[in-house]
Amino acid sequence: MTRSIRLPLNEREARALRAGDSVLLSGVLYTGRDAAHKRLCRLLAEGKPLPFDLRDATIYYVVPTPARPGAVIGSAGPTTSYRMDSYAPLLLAHGLRGMIGKGYRSPEVIAAMQAHGAVYFGAVGGAAALIAGHIEASEVIAFDDLGTEAIRKLTVRDFPAFVVIDSLGNNLYETGPAQWRAP
Amino acid sequence: MRELNVSEIQKAVSALLIRANHEMGADVREAVEKARLEERSPVARFALDQICENYRVSTEKRLPLCQDTGMAILFAEIGQDLHIVGGDFTLAVNAGVAEAYQEGYLRKSVVSDPLYDRVNTGNNCPAVIHTSIVPGDRLRLLAIAKGFGSENMSRIAMLPPAAGEEGVLDFIEQCVREAGPNPCPPVIVGVCVGGDFEQAALFAKRATARPVGTHNEDARYAALEQKALDRLNRLGIGAAGFGGTVTALSVAIDFLPTHIAGMPVAVSICCHACRHAEATL
Repeated sequence: MTRSIRLPLNEREARALRAGDSVLLSGVLYTGRDAAHKRLCRLLAEGKPLPFDLRDATIYYVVPTPARPGAVIGSAGPTTSYRMDSYAPLLLAHGLRGMIGKGYRSPEVIAAMQAHGAVYFGAVGGAAALIAGHIEASEVIAFDDLGTEAIRKLTVRDFPAFVVIDSLGNNLYETGPAQWRAP
Repeated sequence: MRELNVSEIQKAVSALLIRANHEMGADVREAVEKARLEERSPVARFALDQICENYRVSTEKRLPLCQDTGMAILFAEIGQDLHIVGGDFTLAVNAGVAEAYQEGYLRKSVVSDPLYDRVNTGNNCPAVIHTSIVPGDRLRLLAIAKGFGSENMSRIAMLPPAAGEEGVLDFIEQCVREAGPNPCPPVIVGVCVGGDFEQAALFAKRATARPVGTHNEDARYAALEQKALDRLNRLGIGAAGFGGTVTALSVAIDFLPTHIAGMPVAVSICCHACRHAEATL
């Protein structure tokens, strides 16, 4: 069964999600990967304001292809999440509620998710054109000089994803393969 | 001697990379569609549904199949009786790459310095170019758009000869098991046993572009491919790593002569969006 989820998520809503849930996300997301995360963490360390409100926000790990003229965005599938693992715990401590990517997370990220009540969504890698069709608006809001890696604010409708790691630490990347592994 | 102008090479490289990024090969497509029918896990089947739907949307909206449109890898087999004229071969290949990534609305993902600056080169150049000299007067080009989600999961092992068939199978399995969801399964695995350190890696990469469903001509290696594929599909990783019965679509194994003291094994992992295109000029 697939559930529709409104973004931003509050802590109570995030804590109610369970690994393995199929979800359709609608609302606002922010994009960011390695370079943008590094800058966000530096701003936090220096006590400076962030370019967007991190409280209850969801970050999508993506750098899309360039939009064709007249299009909202290019292809926009998830990138591998572990490269953001060294930055994620600090952002979670400052209110980040959701992350969307693909692939494993570190024990430190999972511990921070449990402590702060956050959720990790997995999107299907290589479904980038399909996902682009669920993005209704895209606007660069920070770190323009990073070019393709600038932070964008995306408005999405029915973005297909799965809850991979929930706020209790349940992990579909462990339970799924364990269920289907052949002896 | 037959002459080929570099402008033709530029044009071909550009067209191949745009095509590879927009049109999934029929072999891969059929393998994914077959996996969708055979997959027993509902969650993984849902992921495979999205992958199949992505082919349709990509064509309809002229969007690249994946946002990671890759580094451009070019295998060029140059006929020894062909005379390339009109300019520099390497510059022409790179001009073709720059043209494809600009005009095809592909993402430029190459940085000039890997360690310190990491500044984007702005045109997805340079390409990784592998040339070989072959008989004839033609130029055969294979262009691969290689995403790094899967490239980061590729490995090489310098196994002792005593490791034998079990050692090779164990290493292939270990690579795919440890990669888990990261390389966008179901994966396509290219393997080379033998050669030396760099030749094994090169032939393993080349093997990822071998059509899915074809097998090594040597019956022993064809059997080894099947054994490896069976092992990988018992891992339970499934599409997107959500858990399922189809973890790999194909294992293509090549072999090369090697030294009496060694048995290199290179495992080149490619995501399900295994993008490549070929042309002969």
